[in-house]
Amino acid sequence: MEIGVYSFGDVQRDPATGKLGSTAQATRNLLEAIQLADQVGLDYFGIGEHHTYEMPASAATVVLGAAASMTKNIKLGSAVTVLSTDDPVRVYQQFATLDALSNGRAEITAGRGSSTESFPLFGHSLNDYDELFAEKLDLLLEVNEKESITWSGKFRPALNDALIVPRPDAGSLPIWLATGGNPHSSVRAALLGLPVAYAIIGGQAARFAPLADLYRRAAEQAAIPGAPVKISIASPGFIGDDAAKAKDLWWTHWHAAMSSLGAIRGFAAPQRPHFDQDANGGGALFVGSAIEIAERVVNLHRSVGHMRQFFQMDLGQLPQKDFLRSIELLGTQVKPLVDAELGIAKPQ
Amino acid sequence: MRNDDVKTIGILGAGRVGTALARRAVAAGFDVRIATSKPAADIAFLLEIMTPGAKADQAETAISAADIIILALPLSKYRALRPELFAGKIVIDAMNYWAPTDGILPEFEATSSSSEVIQAYLPDARLVRSFNHMGYHEIDEEARSPGDPDRRALALAGNDPQARRVVADFVDRLGFDPVDAGTLAASRNFAGGTPIFGAKLGRSEMQSLLEGKARALSTAGSDA
Repeated sequence: MEIGVYSFGDVQRDPATGKLGSTAQATRNLLEAIQLADQVGLDYFGIGEHHTYEMPASAATVVLGAAASMTKNIKLGSAVTVLSTDDPVRVYQQFATLDALSNGRAEITAGRGSSTESFPLFGHSLNDYDELFAEKLDLLLEVNEKESITWSGKFRPALNDALIVPRPDAGSLPIWLATGGNPHSSVRAALLGLPVAYAIIGGQAARFAPLADLYRRAAEQAAIPGAPVKISIASPGFIGDDAAKAKDLWWTHWHAAMSSLGAIRGFAAPQRPHFDQDANGGGALFVGSAIEIAERVVNLHRSVGHMRQFFQMDLGQLPQKDFLRSIELLGTQVKPLVDAELGIAKPQ
Repeated sequence: MRNDDVKTIGILGAGRVGTALARRAVAAGFDVRIATSKPAADIAFLLEIMTPGAKADQAETAISAADIIILALPLSKYRALRPELFAGKIVIDAMNYWAPTDGILPEFEATSSSSEVIQAYLPDARLVRSFNHMGYHEIDEEARSPGDPDRRALALAGNDPQARRVVADFVDRLGFDPVDAGTLAASRNFAGGTPIFGAKLGRSEMQSLLEGKARALSTAGSDA
């Protein structure tokens, strides 16, 4: 099974001085994290597009492009690209360029995204939320199929036999459809012949097992030749040398992140018992020691059958040293334990 | 309608909330029908896997057959509902207004209780707001038997006292402690931005929060 990391490029706080770092420093920290993830043998690193001071990863492909030249094996992707407010042609060109520079390691994960700052930033209306995503995904998939395309839609000028380059060596890029669990999205991924990326950020992770079943059975019915029927899972997670200390540390950062999100979205900040419920057993927060997290990943694999799981660790201004230690433990301890249980991931 | 006459639940919407409520309602022994804007045949496959035991239906027949109807569609689509079908029906509004995904809808910007807009649109429905302040996965995961110390509370509010009693009984049968917050105007006390929204609360905590809110409202009213 593939194991990886994702980040929104969070700004970090110096634990000694309490001072918040700069967005530029956060960007350099992100690059350092990707390099380490490659060195410790992790399979995937994804950057999630955000546009806030706390989460400044607004230009993921620039960071991934820098990472491409400093890494050897790790796959580099988005988690997610907010496709609704971007131009699919430009998204494709950037990821195809990344693919060329990284010798075939680029992936796109397209989603609506749970944050909506990019709508006013790029002049789109939230009233077109669903329609924008559907049209842009359609264009992105077409660009991935053909190097010259003729296309017209509602939200961007028509294309007439337009050449879109560079082209990936493999002929096309892996494009994943991200979803937070709406059943219609799983069916949509299957009907489009796309692999699906589930974001499981709270509650019991195995509740996605029926969705995975729905996705696989819909893909079976759609029977699209050559379509990759694959599931990945993105979830919050953090690994420390000691399980209890890891949970105590990460609770403060997760709580800070959820409190500021709650203030924006109008939900009550979660309490410690809520965290403990989700950070143990079958819960969606994969926080603890390497042995514990490996066991929990294997258990989830037995019910969902995913081929990749990747973790968001640097929430709520987690210090860089803890982020890096967690990546190291994920690569050097969790991954070998998962491999020992499930067998080494086949190259995809 | 007596509480024990409730047999059929019609759910409009097959997203995360609609399917979670359907699973709980099937588990509680109700006859459950689900309808979306698509033909019943188009969602039958999805429901067979996600909500075993619930039937795919058309909106019109699901509403007509249902003793309780649950609105679990995206709020921005509410104008697709046909008001005449809801006359005299007990309707649970499980929706919330959230501009970042619904888009800016002026009628909801102007009120702190989205359910009052829905009631105005469905004037002859006996509307009760509930289930809106609990995460969809908690509907699946946190249902408990009566008397369980970990049983979570669900607030409800509506202008028809008998409809509130029927919905309270339904909430109880689904695995939660119902707490009657009063008329529909009081539903703003458990909408987004309140300490109840998204919080894990038992019955007595919920009651004291709602009483505090009600006092604050009446004080504010007398000052005005």
